[in-house]
Amino acid sequence: MAKTYSAGVKEYRETYWMPDYTPKDTDILACFKITPQPGVPREEAAAAVAAESSTGTWTTVWTDLLTDLDYYKGRAYAIEDVPGDDERFYAFIAYPIDLFEEGSVVNVFTSLVGNVFGFKAVRTLRLEDVRFPLAYVLTCNGPPHGIQVERDIFNKYGRALLGCTIKPKLGLSAKNYGRAVYECLRGGLDLTKDDENVNSQPFMRWRQRFDFVMEAVHKAEAETGERKGHYLNVTAPTPDEMFKRAEHAKELNARIIMHDYITGGWCANTGLAQWCRDNGLLLHIHRAMHAVIDRHPHHGIHFRVLTKLLRLSGGDHLHSGTVVGKLEGDREATLGWIDIMRDSYIKEDRSRGIFFDQDWGSMPGVFPVASGGIHVWHMPALVTIFGDDACLQFGGGTLGHPWGNAAGAAANRVALEACVAARNEGREVEKEGKDILTKAATASPELKAAMDTWKEIKFEFDTVDKLDVAHK
Amino acid sequence: MSEMQDYESSLSDVNSRKFETFSYLPEMDNDQLRKQVAYIISKGWNPAIEHTEPENATGSYWYMWKLPMFGESDVDTVLNEAEACHKTHAKNHVRLIGYDNYAQSKGTEMVVFRGKPV
Repeated sequence: MAKTYSAGVKEYRETYWMPDYTPKDTDILACFKITPQPGVPREEAAAAVAAESSTGTWTTVWTDLLTDLDYYKGRAYAIEDVPGDDERFYAFIAYPIDLFEEGSVVNVFTSLVGNVFGFKAVRTLRLEDVRFPLAYVLTCNGPPHGIQVERDIFNKYGRALLGCTIKPKLGLSAKNYGRAVYECLRGGLDLTKDDENVNSQPFMRWRQRFDFVMEAVHKAEAETGERKGHYLNVTAPTPDEMFKRAEHAKELNARIIMHDYITGGWCANTGLAQWCRDNGLLLHIHRAMHAVIDRHPHHGIHFRVLTKLLRLSGGDHLHSGTVVGKLEGDREATLGWIDIMRDSYIKEDRSRGIFFDQDWGSMPGVFPVASGGIHVWHMPALVTIFGDDACLQFGGGTLGHPWGNAAGAAANRVALEACVAARNEGREVEKEGKDILTKAATASPELKAAMDTWKEIKFEFDTVDKLDVAHK
Repeated sequence: MSEMQDYESSLSDVNSRKFETFSYLPEMDNDQLRKQVAYIISKGWNPAIEHTEPENATGSYWYMWKLPMFGESDVDTVLNEAEACHKTHAKNHVRLIGYDNYAQSKGTEMVVFRGKPV
């Protein structure tokens, strides 16, 4: 029988709290951590989040009856305690796939993290995880090429890739900048990177940077006989300008370019990833601004969600944190989102903060990039944590070598190869790291000098965003 | 701190040419090589041997030495093939590969006999 119209405000839970609902395989599922306003029952707060992130508004409207809202609405289907936290709770919400435009992370997140984050009925709100059904994953372009294709393009097997961000990050002329790139690559790095702050400023316009950097890459390749790359940052003020820079990189035979997916925007990123697929260039993704969104444990979007978003939008590399360097990152949680980047199927694992099974089908994997305050002494831990399918980037740890970039690069390369060789031999690399590096340094004065330089530097601050664990 | 050293490499110095994984370490001895072969086998990868003239080392395709040794689990068999390839092509680079058929990629690859630099 048809429904009748009755104007006014209904409690959200009458419509959006459905504890008996069994999510469909095609639903997009979300887990929110909610801090409700005092006096608001959990079910009402969860239902309010479901409503405001899908079909609902604050009052009944007559046009609700022109559609089948019971089909389109988000459904709050479960509530769980947050371990170690009596004030907050997890709400699980299922969204029918038809609420979202195919292949559009822009559209999905406009709903999931739109108005609802400013909604008065909740004090704070954090999107902890999202399950994208395979049916939705398959509508997205995803990484332009993926890990396996990148290995073939760069001819790197059986070890992590080795990179470096060129510093100082602002102020170098294009020609001096190209020198720094050349020195790193001839010394044994595979890749160098534009700093994210480098776009096309008055001190170094993008075209000269691209031209000098590619001359450096080509000479280093001829000199070492190995394949090299530099992430040419095409992040720009407008999409037209971004594509103009990407086209020039392609004309110079660059193998890889770079984009900042949060500040540059997901619309631009998805378009650029498609262009990279079409034009055969790899795409390195930086994540400037992520900590604004993902660091606070009670409000925002967890980085594992931003990771899934990027894999759908498209990128062949994504910065992941290092666990051991200067930037925030809990070890178990980091291992969780590294899996989300690389694997084709990730099982729910609360000990790593993963709330849902995630099936990527045959969508290519993304190289996690470990960058920020790491040096040769961290190599044994990095090889153990990340394995081979990662890009390890030593900025200060290359350029700060007392003999210069080439020696710094060689030191890192020797350290990496020594750790990988030892791991293959069955040794416990993290435990025996000092022995392994010390022995390798007997054949490499560059490594010896690096080990003497950075012996004492550590970053032992507690992580702000920890996994939720029981406190009683 | 030891005194600053020059990092020597140049287009004209043939010893500047490297060949990817493990080429920044000293050449491995037989005992070390055995362990790398054992690693490939333990990962379930298929060992294979390839070689090339050093001047052509930068291309994607080297010459296959016979076919990959599908399912081979004996370290000596693999090492003997590498050695046989090296004896036949003494001036060439010889590399050991572990094909990972699930990843549809090479799990690892390393030059085990270094040819005459050019």
